[in-house]
Amino acid sequence: MFKSVKELVALATEKNVPISEIMIEQEMTVRHLERDEVLGMMERNLEVMEAAVERSLTGDGVESVTGLTGGDAVLLQRYRASGRGLSGDLLLDAVSKAIGTNEVNAAMGKICATPTAGSAGVVPGTLFAVRERLNPSREQMLRFLFTSGAFGFVVANNASISGAAGGCQAEVGSATAMAAAAIVEMAGGTPDQSAHAFAIALKNMLGLVCDPVAGLVEVPCVKRNAMGGANALVAADMALAGITSRIPCDEVIGAMYEIGQMMPSALRETAKGGLANTPTGRWLESKIFGELSNESIK
Amino acid sequence: MKYRSVFDIIGPIMVGPSSSHTAGAARIGLMAGKLFGEQPTDITITFYGSFADTYRGHGTDVAIIGGVLGYDTFDDRIPESIKIAEQKGIRIHFETSEALTDHPNTARVHLTDGQAEFELVGISIGGGTIEITELNGVPLKLSGGGPALIVLHHDRFGAIAAVTSILADYEINIGHMEVSRHEKGKQALMAIEIDDRMPTAVLEEINRLPQVERSVMMGE
Repeated sequence: MFKSVKELVALATEKNVPISEIMIEQEMTVRHLERDEVLGMMERNLEVMEAAVERSLTGDGVESVTGLTGGDAVLLQRYRASGRGLSGDLLLDAVSKAIGTNEVNAAMGKICATPTAGSAGVVPGTLFAVRERLNPSREQMLRFLFTSGAFGFVVANNASISGAAGGCQAEVGSATAMAAAAIVEMAGGTPDQSAHAFAIALKNMLGLVCDPVAGLVEVPCVKRNAMGGANALVAADMALAGITSRIPCDEVIGAMYEIGQMMPSALRETAKGGLANTPTGRWLESKIFGELSNESIK
Repeated sequence: MKYRSVFDIIGPIMVGPSSSHTAGAARIGLMAGKLFGEQPTDITITFYGSFADTYRGHGTDVAIIGGVLGYDTFDDRIPESIKIAEQKGIRIHFETSEALTDHPNTARVHLTDGQAEFELVGISIGGGTIEITELNGVPLKLSGGGPALIVLHHDRFGAIAAVTSILADYEINIGHMEVSRHEKGKQALMAIEIDDRMPTAVLEEINRLPQVERSVMMGE
């Protein structure tokens, strides 16, 4: 099993195959599965991602139990359709679909964690936006997920993908960097360029705290997925343009782990600090749990 | 290596909102329900750390109860699990503890049906992946890196040999193994880490052994 991005890139470069291929082959070896089984399992994940985005964009969208989130994916698609968008059509599409996935998640709908539920929007959001431009085959779309997974695999084993352990940088930060690497591969970049895109994206998410209002995976999680999607696309474009990260990928992952260790627990998914502890955050919390305690929570 | 599969990273398919606090909690509950093997009359859940602070907002409560009822992470019944359990006449108790634990996402699940009792401590380490750290008061030192077989059995001669010889028949290699018991002649426990995924036929064969009460696989 590959233990670092350096090893992963070296394996892919040596064999002259994409990173996704290394991940597929490792999965076949470790779990004694045939290629068709591995691809089939990923296909089911992809279908759940597609269904979640579709659900979020149907009608006026979804709404969470608390009413804190929902409907923004639709708002953004309407704005995009108006042609008034400033930051680019593909980018707004990605952002809308990232938001949509997390709106469905917040509404206790069905999603696929990538790598976690709170960060489930970035990878599918960018995948479905880039699809419109690059017209990938179904297998290439599955490969996008294997490449994301390969990078996430290194992060999970060397640092963390848990907000409670490492803050939001470990969740949306990891998802953003994973997506950046996968976009590069789908756009025809090299494994080395994928690694640079990953490093550039993650460097810009370092230090991001996990401070959910009322402890809910809603505020600010949904919009952080939006910005993660934007960050991933820009990082991928930078790497494809030939820009490299001065700090190697594995060292950026190491830095992320170290920062997570230093982060006080108030900023690691305990809803004790940051946005959760603002006057409005606290007001929302008491309002929501005042209501919930009478209804769905016994 | 705590994570071995790409589907630990891209996956699981689950109802929201949190992989660690919802999906992971469902899996801890599921493991407890499977190992207990009976419908409980009382479920007592103790949450620690981040679980204790945010369990309501993350649906950790409905997820862990859903797990005990046998629902997997993607089961649409999870949001309604507490109501469903109460309709079955199960009493549910939630407690929070400020005790320091090794991992911030820790839950203790205590099950009883009025006669037998069962207790498990699980941690949710991120992305829906879990580890079991304590079973019926016995700390487990599983690495969490691979599949493991947990066997509850009668404390009798030959039980360990019977299980390991089945594994040998199927050419399954044991990486690490722990055996323990509370009291001589009563219930005992084996936790066996194996190198590879195991066919379900093996588990069925182990469960048919007269010395074995129940066995489950984790981390597949």
